[in-house]
Amino acid sequence: MTAVTETIPARKPNVLLQTLNRNRLSWVGIGLLALILLSAIFAPLLAPHDPLQQNILNRLEGPSPEFWLGTDSYGRDVLSRLLYGTRVSLLVGFLSVLIAMTVGSAIGIFAGYVGGMVDQLIMGLVDVMLSFPTLLLGLMVAAMLGASLENLIIAIAITETAPFVRIARAPTISAKRKEYVEAGRALGFSPLRIMGVHILPNILSDIVVVASLWMASAIRTEASLSFIGLGVQPPTPTWGGMIREGFENILSSWWLVVFPSLAILLTVLALNILGDALRDAIDPKLKGES
Amino acid sequence: MTALLDIRGLTTEFRVNGRWHAAIQDVDLSLAANETLAVVGESGSGKSVTALSTLRLLPQAGARIGRGEILFEGRDLAKLSERQMAKVRGNDIAMIFQEPMTSLNPTMTVGDQIAEVLMIHRGMSHGAALNEARDLLDEVRVPDPARRVTEYPHQFSGGMRQRAMIAIALACRPKVLLADEPTTALDVTVQHQVLTLLDDLKRERGMGVIFITHNLGVVAQIADRVAVMYAGEIVETADCTRLFANPAHPYTEALLRAMPRVDRRADTLEPIPGSVPSITGRPAGCYFAPRCGYARPECGHHPVLGPISGAGGSDHQARCILRAKAEEAA
Repeated sequence: MTAVTETIPARKPNVLLQTLNRNRLSWVGIGLLALILLSAIFAPLLAPHDPLQQNILNRLEGPSPEFWLGTDSYGRDVLSRLLYGTRVSLLVGFLSVLIAMTVGSAIGIFAGYVGGMVDQLIMGLVDVMLSFPTLLLGLMVAAMLGASLENLIIAIAITETAPFVRIARAPTISAKRKEYVEAGRALGFSPLRIMGVHILPNILSDIVVVASLWMASAIRTEASLSFIGLGVQPPTPTWGGMIREGFENILSSWWLVVFPSLAILLTVLALNILGDALRDAIDPKLKGES
Repeated sequence: MTALLDIRGLTTEFRVNGRWHAAIQDVDLSLAANETLAVVGESGSGKSVTALSTLRLLPQAGARIGRGEILFEGRDLAKLSERQMAKVRGNDIAMIFQEPMTSLNPTMTVGDQIAEVLMIHRGMSHGAALNEARDLLDEVRVPDPARRVTEYPHQFSGGMRQRAMIAIALACRPKVLLADEPTTALDVTVQHQVLTLLDDLKRERGMGVIFITHNLGVVAQIADRVAVMYAGEIVETADCTRLFANPAHPYTEALLRAMPRVDRRADTLEPIPGSVPSITGRPAGCYFAPRCGYARPECGHHPVLGPISGAGGSDHQARCILRAKAEEAA
């Protein structure tokens, strides 16, 4: 009996690990993501040069033993800027998705639980929000708020709230019909308690999976807005900003555009692989496939 | 004997295709302290709707209490605000459900789920509520309660989960317990244990229990009184022993003939032909007439619930015109 109770709590992570093991690619995604995360955290230790240190004598130099990924038009080290840029990308991606997830899920659970006219009204608004292309909506909000790190996070959070409303609403509707929710009502629990304590934990896995996919999208949007000049302002290194600056010299100095683009590509890819792997691990219908 | 819960003329309506139809009509039930009232009937007879109406748990869109009073200790629950009603639920009147496998929140420990009710209705601290939860698990005879309070529902078997459900329902010492087929999903041996447990708890606490079931064997084991429902109406009420010995309504009689018994050959079972009419398609007159072996032209008039004599002081009523005529003649 003791043995049984000790093994059971470990059951969930085991299933997760098994599914991740079945799909080798998911480990590539996780490894990649760990690498990106570590380079963001240890950027000051890893960067061979100061990312803001200009050196006109070394401007637009190609990759060399001293500057592994070359230098930009101000003579700044591209590798160092890339490592520091990781921080902005991950910060913006993580925080904007966290805000969008929190606000969107709260609205979605409310709509799904209350139902009726309120639900229809909210979902109507969500459909309107979803009909805007993400980038266009982000562009509008960022332009209205002005370019800064905080406003960029808010703008991206707003563009990604609507999908979370949808994602939270559907499982709420099915959780609402579960007997433990009915039992909660029979015990005199308030609707707020039922939504927060009894529905949210049961649908959280659905939301988190999608959050990892939307984080990839948030990082892409951040890069796009920075490319347009509505993101974090120079001289702070960001991947999107680096591509924009390098764009002027793209024909002579390819490394200025290629390396930040690769960084975005790999980060988005890693997050998408992780999101797919998590979805497969949690969705029982997909078990054994892929 | 004063009634703890007195339901009078309760009519609950459902909206079907834009029109309101009565799912249950003119239901009268009274329940005394320390009494078990069994409500029996086939699927669709309105047993569960009666229980859910009592706690006002039916969805607000598409269902309403049309008429009637639900008097609990003299207060009419049908007139309470939702906020006042929330204080009654789980505190004065509790309910347990059919499916023990899905009636517990899979993401919370069993102890926390019992403690939750105590913290809300009794204002207890988490620590005190957890101690009480452990005592409650002990009271519903869950072995090793100190360890079990920290476990999750998936670590409990079906019978143990139903016990945990009972512990949650009884945490605030309610005066009335509504049990909606609580043993249907359990093995027969476990079913017997849970029934015995409920009976003991009723006695110890002097609770009134409304026990909803379609299983007449269960009724015989635990009920003091029985109300038989058919198509949303009570068709017969009587003391438990009297109902089994002298069923007055043809439906009750048919139910008893359809019940398997150890002391009879199974091939003598008589199923009741047809099925319960839907709430939109109830016949005029007696609702049971189309399936009734005794049906006569008089059955085109809708019968009322009338007294049956010879019950020896206890209350025995049935809803059958032929029976009422026989009473008059006698």
